Amino acid sequence: MLTISLRISFLLIAFILKYIHTTELTFELPDNAKECFHEKLKVGSKYVLEFQVVTGGNYDVDLELKSPSGKILYQTTKKQYERIEQTANEDGVYEFCFSNEFSTFTHKVIYIDWKVDGDPEHEITGASPRVAEGALTMIETKVGNIHQNLETCIDYQTHHRLREATGRARAEDLQERVQIWSLGQFILIIIVAIGTVLLLRSFFTDKRTSSHMTWTK
Amino acid sequence: MENHSYLILIISLFQLITISYSLYFHIDETERKCFIEEIPDETLVIGKYRVELLDENTNTYGATPYGIGMNVEIKDPDDKIVLSKLYTSEGRFTFTSHMPGEHLICLYSNSSAWFGRQKLRIHLDIDVGEHAIDYQEIGAREKLTELQLRIRQLLDQVQQIAKEQNYQRYREERFRATSESTNQRVLWWSFAQVTVLVIAGFWQMRHLKGFFLAKKLV
Repeated sequence: MLTISLRISFLLIAFILKYIHTTELTFELPDNAKECFHEKLKVGSKYVLEFQVVTGGNYDVDLELKSPSGKILYQTTKKQYERIEQTANEDGVYEFCFSNEFSTFTHKVIYIDWKVDGDPEHEITGASPRVAEGALTMIETKVGNIHQNLETCIDYQTHHRLREATGRARAEDLQERVQIWSLGQFILIIIVAIGTVLLLRSFFTDKRTSSHMTWTK
Repeated sequence: MENHSYLILIISLFQLITISYSLYFHIDETERKCFIEEIPDETLVIGKYRVELLDENTNTYGATPYGIGMNVEIKDPDDKIVLSKLYTSEGRFTFTSHMPGEHLICLYSNSSAWFGRQKLRIHLDIDVGEHAIDYQEIGAREKLTELQLRIRQLLDQVQQIAKEQNYQRYREERFRATSESTNQRVLWWSFAQVTVLVIAGFWQMRHLKGFFLAKKLV
């Protein structure tokens, strides 16, 4: 009895031991910087990497995806949005790096979405042993479809939010710059007006004294 | 009794495994790493992390023996600190947003610089909103069937979508207010600048005319 339940529990653990989850992060990449993320994957696991540059400069960043053996699986320069879906061919640590080294002073805010083989904490797996796909009732299939569609909906919503954040950041930046530059120009006009008058006055007053000084020398 | 203890063993092992195999990145000991989460209000955020220290002798990453912990600092959109706690090398933090907007989650280690600039490896997993809900736990607690659990998940997802749409409306309002403000500013500043130019021109002419008349050049 003991050994059987132990075996079942080990089987369950082995089943769960696939590295499956999803991670969404938004971070700021300073200028001339490179940020790398790593994950250990098993052969055959499907992974999806999605990124979008939210704010900064020309909204572009370099991406490099490397396999455990150092082979470059995917490389792109100056992209704003990309979605990469691949299957892992080797066991080991995969890494992907975002590079802002081509930019001298703009720092970028980048959103990444990294999914590996679905999401087990989020997905619901039945406590009972899984029956074959064909035996699912119609309700269960429909519910599964609704779930997938809602996941897509949430994904679209996220990208819409990011685009809106891009526009809003630009608008707020513009508002501040309009204020500062207008104030600056206002003051500059006053300074230039007074300065021109003073300069002109100096032409007509100093000339006599300077010519007088050269005569006395 | 035995089944119960095995279940607990499995669940705890499962928790361990989900923390072990996450996305990780490297930072310096004194570096501060921040992540931005733009979320609507009343949203639950759960973060889990694990820190490993680079062993310079063996060039591998291992557990942190010195008692290096990580400070977790979470700021709300008004730059007020929501959470600021020191955790050990493995921690789990939770917070619920009370206002919509960009929250900042920062991690930095509590070691001082004289340890040497060693590298730290941080495994991080941040779950927001409906991703933070653990359905296995809810199913076990409320004794729901698989179908009931799935329906519950659908309900949570739809609620999240509705909240996000509401937040979108709030953001669009702010965007519109910003644009209108810029429009106003452009209008008034242009007006002011034209007026100042005209006044400056008149003043210059009047002043110089008086000056030349006084100098008897005109």
